[in-house]
Amino acid sequence: MNTLTTKTVRVEALARVEGEGAFYVKVREGKVEDAQLRIYEPPRFFEAFLRGRSYAEAPDITARICGICPVAYQMSAVHAMEAIFGVRVEGPLRELRRLLYCGEWIESHALHMFMLHAPDFLGYADAIQMAADHPDLVLQALRIKKVGNDIVALLGGREIHPINVRVGGFYHIPKRREWSRIVEELKWARDAMAELVKWTGLLPFPEFEQPYEFVALRHPEEYPFNEGRLVSNRGLDIPISAFEEFMVEEHLPHSTSLHAHIKDRGAYFVGPLARYNLNFDRLSPPVQEAARAAGLGPTCNNPFQSIIVRGVETLYAIDEALRILEDYPEPDAPYVQYEVRGGVGHGCTEAPRGILYHRYVLDDNGVIVSARITPPTAQNQATIEADLRAFVEPRVHLPLNELTWQCEQAIRNYDPCISCSTHFLRLNIERV
Amino acid sequence: MATQRKPRLAVWKFASCDGCQLSLLDCEEELLAVVEQVEIAYFLEASRAVVEGPYDLSLVEGSITTPADIERIREIREASRFLVAIGACATAGGIQALRNFGDVREFAAAVYAHPEYIETLKRSAPIAEHVFVDFELRGCPINKHQLLEVIAAYLHGRKPNIPTYSVCIECKLRGTPCVMVAAGVACLGPVTQAGCHALCPAYGRGCFGCYGPMETPNTASLMTWWREQLGASPQTIVRALRTYNAGNEVFRKESEAYEHAHD
Repeated sequence: MNTLTTKTVRVEALARVEGEGAFYVKVREGKVEDAQLRIYEPPRFFEAFLRGRSYAEAPDITARICGICPVAYQMSAVHAMEAIFGVRVEGPLRELRRLLYCGEWIESHALHMFMLHAPDFLGYADAIQMAADHPDLVLQALRIKKVGNDIVALLGGREIHPINVRVGGFYHIPKRREWSRIVEELKWARDAMAELVKWTGLLPFPEFEQPYEFVALRHPEEYPFNEGRLVSNRGLDIPISAFEEFMVEEHLPHSTSLHAHIKDRGAYFVGPLARYNLNFDRLSPPVQEAARAAGLGPTCNNPFQSIIVRGVETLYAIDEALRILEDYPEPDAPYVQYEVRGGVGHGCTEAPRGILYHRYVLDDNGVIVSARITPPTAQNQATIEADLRAFVEPRVHLPLNELTWQCEQAIRNYDPCISCSTHFLRLNIERV
Repeated sequence: MATQRKPRLAVWKFASCDGCQLSLLDCEEELLAVVEQVEIAYFLEASRAVVEGPYDLSLVEGSITTPADIERIREIREASRFLVAIGACATAGGIQALRNFGDVREFAAAVYAHPEYIETLKRSAPIAEHVFVDFELRGCPINKHQLLEVIAAYLHGRKPNIPTYSVCIECKLRGTPCVMVAAGVACLGPVTQAGCHALCPAYGRGCFGCYGPMETPNTASLMTWWREQLGASPQTIVRALRTYNAGNEVFRKESEAYEHAHD
């Protein structure tokens, strides 16, 4: 009997996540003793070598933390710098920044939903195997992903590590006529995605809900990308500049990522589920209707259903991109003027996987004196480990292969980005 | 020939941002055609299925930064018929090679509360510093069309057709006026290898060297021009040369020439 209830589940190199990590769960007599999400991605020391660099280099350098969500890094960096210089980017330039983020959400969510997460629900090792049985699904997903990438490539210059973002705005504004093919593709993607959201609602979801504290940006009018206050479902409501007063990071031996928690409260949850639960009323009525049609209420506490929420957010991003491109007011100048000065600046924007916080201290010449970057996956790491504990115990009787795969799926719910957080994953389930 | 199997492709990752291997998944229109030609035998970002080696073609992303990396890259080399290093991390050490100019223990202490938990080498090194590399594909990130060319070349047993001329040639091909001559914008294009289709000048900014030095660059001459014609400070020059390809010998040496200079 002991051989069934006492085991170790161990995955040395977790697949279909961005970056390298592992997990380890130790079960003794049916009880989980230890659950670790191990981030062994080698440290790259971005905060250290940003010191001495010009403020103007931060968007390009920090983009290199993550090839999946470079736009998020660029947006958090430029907003932090603009806070120091006391400059606000409004009007058409602000709209174009939202458009760029729409592109990244569409591309990143489509990648995660269909290439990384959906194969788990359907029992395939990867999307390529899935494509053999479901070719139309994979082809549609790739086409949606491509329109997201096309937005980033036109407005950002290229899909990965865009070159067109600068403090104050952009280097160059594409002409209205250059967008015509993308607008047509977005119109196709709008209908295709609405059907795919319904499809995600029909996937088999395990019963799994936990008492999470969700944290996301909240803006007075919009579903959040670049601006807002940090709020939670347990009363947190702070300006982004107070992030470090409330969120604490701890360095644990099993990880090259830093574990974050809310001071005196514990683990919290960032990303699509958090944004959705805290901002459902900011979605447009047709997108809310699409969520309801897929079986979601105004809140969702099952992280396995994050695939539906990503679909809803993708639909929102497609609509928002179409709205912006409909007007497409070309700005008078590609960027607003500012005067360089010293100070402390904070940037916090909604990367596809959750809030990404930057803080810089600049000297009077605009040279970076210190930098702090807290990526979404580091903030989710403690919650992922808590999920593993809660998830494994009632399923400890499962054959090791099956349990391992289900644990991997539980981790992939978070779309963890390990490259980002190393500053992440190996699965070990140890049954001793 | 009756027992011919599909060539096995493996994708490996060391210290990096995942962007270069993502380029393969970003081949939205070509991906399914690629997997008709090759067996994806190891590609963790995309699949939990792992096929044992040996592999016909290994694509390696990232730089070598830990003692365990050195062992792993040797094992990968032994298991691979051809090994191609992809991206600035794998070909020059990447942005994390900025540690090569500083003190890595101090860097660890600046980022981590317990630097003693961190196992890291003093230098971030390109793959070729540790094992024989059959081909180096440059870029931060790589160009996905160049990646498809490299895969196709190895599948057909020929040399990849990747130009080693400068970004200037691409500006001329694209019809972009020279940003340095016309607008006085500092540009690394004259010494940087092509591959991006001269993207930055087309967007009105100077090239910042994502693809590393071209074949036989005259970096000293360009930097003199930056100093004399554009009034660039030594500090500006050092920073410009020390980004994603800071670990490349050409850019490193030229940056050292200005490291202790003053205006």
